[in-house]
Amino acid sequence: MTVWIANRLMQAFGVVLVMTLIVFLAVNVIGDPIEMLISPEADQMERQRIIALFGLDQPLWRQYLAFLKGAVQGDLGRSFVYGEPALKVIFQRLPATLELAVSASLISVAVGLPLGLIAGLYPRRGFSKAIMATSILGFSLPSFWVGLLLIMVFAVYLGWLPSSGRGETVEVLGMHLSFLTLDGLRHLALPAINLAIFNTAVILRLTRAGVSEVMPQEYIRFARAKGVSERRVIGIHVLKNIMIPVVTVIGLEFGALIAFSVITESIFAWPGIGKLIIDSINVLDRPMMVAYLMLVVTLFVTVNLVIDILYMLLDPRVSADGKD
Amino acid sequence: MSPTPQAPTAAPEPARERPTRPLVEVALAYCHSWLAVLALVVLVAVVLVAILAPWISPQNPYDLTVIDIMEGRLPPGSEAYGGGVYILGTDDQGRDMLSAIFYGLRISLMVGLGAALIAATVGTSLGLIAAYAGGRVEAAIMRLVDLQLSIPSILVALMILAVLGKGIVNVMIALILVEWALYARTARGSALVERNKEYVEAAQCLVLPQYRIMFRHILPNCLPPIIVITTIQVARAIALEATLSFLGLGVPVTEPSLGLLISNGYQHMLSGNFWISFYPGIALLITVASINIVGDQLRDVLNPRHHR
Repeated sequence: MTVWIANRLMQAFGVVLVMTLIVFLAVNVIGDPIEMLISPEADQMERQRIIALFGLDQPLWRQYLAFLKGAVQGDLGRSFVYGEPALKVIFQRLPATLELAVSASLISVAVGLPLGLIAGLYPRRGFSKAIMATSILGFSLPSFWVGLLLIMVFAVYLGWLPSSGRGETVEVLGMHLSFLTLDGLRHLALPAINLAIFNTAVILRLTRAGVSEVMPQEYIRFARAKGVSERRVIGIHVLKNIMIPVVTVIGLEFGALIAFSVITESIFAWPGIGKLIIDSINVLDRPMMVAYLMLVVTLFVTVNLVIDILYMLLDPRVSADGKD
Repeated sequence: MSPTPQAPTAAPEPARERPTRPLVEVALAYCHSWLAVLALVVLVAVVLVAILAPWISPQNPYDLTVIDIMEGRLPPGSEAYGGGVYILGTDDQGRDMLSAIFYGLRISLMVGLGAALIAATVGTSLGLIAAYAGGRVEAAIMRLVDLQLSIPSILVALMILAVLGKGIVNVMIALILVEWALYARTARGSALVERNKEYVEAAQCLVLPQYRIMFRHILPNCLPPIIVITTIQVARAIALEATLSFLGLGVPVTEPSLGLLISNGYQHMLSGNFWISFYPGIALLITVASINIVGDQLRDVLNPRHHR
């Protein structure tokens, strides 16, 4: 077990290392770092000074090592726009994105799991068919367009909910959080629902598929024959057996939620890292892009690692020795 | 599909004659679902509209002599000054939305189809090479596939556009790099199965060149799953392109796709002019949904395990 975890850790580390190389090469070989780092108004003296300062006259491998060294120390360059270390700006914005992603995750489980259960337990009812048909829409609807529709209906025509910003926040442990105030919750509602739609459809379909696979199994029939109450059969026997894929997807999709929050944050002007990266790309704030990409990739690899370990703890059948 | 040498299937009744016209067979099986047939009809209509846009549009939305800024933001059904009706209203420049959508559809389909087909070629080739070569080549290609598939598509696309900048070609490059991995994985999976079959052995005994065995013998037998994912990948590419254009990272303003049309209307939505964003969105939804439904049905029809 320890060997296995150590092995997975090494793998994860390798992936992050490869990503630093890709991001580094992308920024320094495909893009022109001199053009990126130096404002076009700088004169020749200033250019020389900055080229020497950032070590751009050094050979490429040495530059890469320097970049790695900085990255390990948490230094991914200074943002041109904010004039602060890029990582610091990102960490200031991160709580907003996490809050949005966690809310969306909760919504998708709270809606997707019960609906999937119903659709799986009573596949022939009209209600179940309606659920499944709607879930296809959840896949096909472009999420940014749904966001616009939400704004159109709930903010413009009905005027129930605000369409942008975070509203009133409360500071907890140095992080600003919206969900603790009524105003913040009202601001959170639309973006969280928008972000949750795709995931809800995924979890719903997964749950349904799991239920229809588990229901005909012998142990379910046995449990019923034993006189176990229907509630217990569904709550324990069925749910426990469909949880593994569902938990995996919830975890894996959490990373995707953070990535896709780029869209939702841009629509609802939610001040998180997704909006930050779009703004940074639009003004070509390269250190910010590098920092964002590195952070998100690291986050992804970590989430995958945690899922793998959880998976093993949740399901005794997944052995540490078997590779897949 | 061409009548390629079919792998001997384990048919329960050995005495029955094998169907001689697989295409007809597939077409008949496809028609079992009325929804899928409807989706196919809609899809053909959408493609026709995109191809014929210059001839069936009420106006050329990018000919500045035709559009009149005084007729900007007219609601759907308004009468035009010069006669005719703006069925879906006009945008802030006075452009007929219906025409803009027809032209936008052209760009969206072109970018999506182009990217998915190039990705199919690149990915399938790499997958075949991985399966056939084995060893280090295979390990290297498949690690790359794993890495790519573990990162969400939007992130990969953002990364590429952040480095390369905006523009139609760059968007296509981004879409290709997002999509090739799934093809490579699928192609390798089926090629690994095919490689051990007798006909490949026979071809190897004839000392045919490797590339010939790969592309003339193995590839045709790997095609069904690749065709299925191509349909779904086209839909994904169209949706992703629309998203990127909406975020302002996609196609340039001079060649607006559906995503960019939606993005342009976004500013007017808060003032109640919903149609500028709404109808391009509907067009996008119809396109993506019909492709997805067709792809789903194709998967059921082409997958031998799915015969119920």
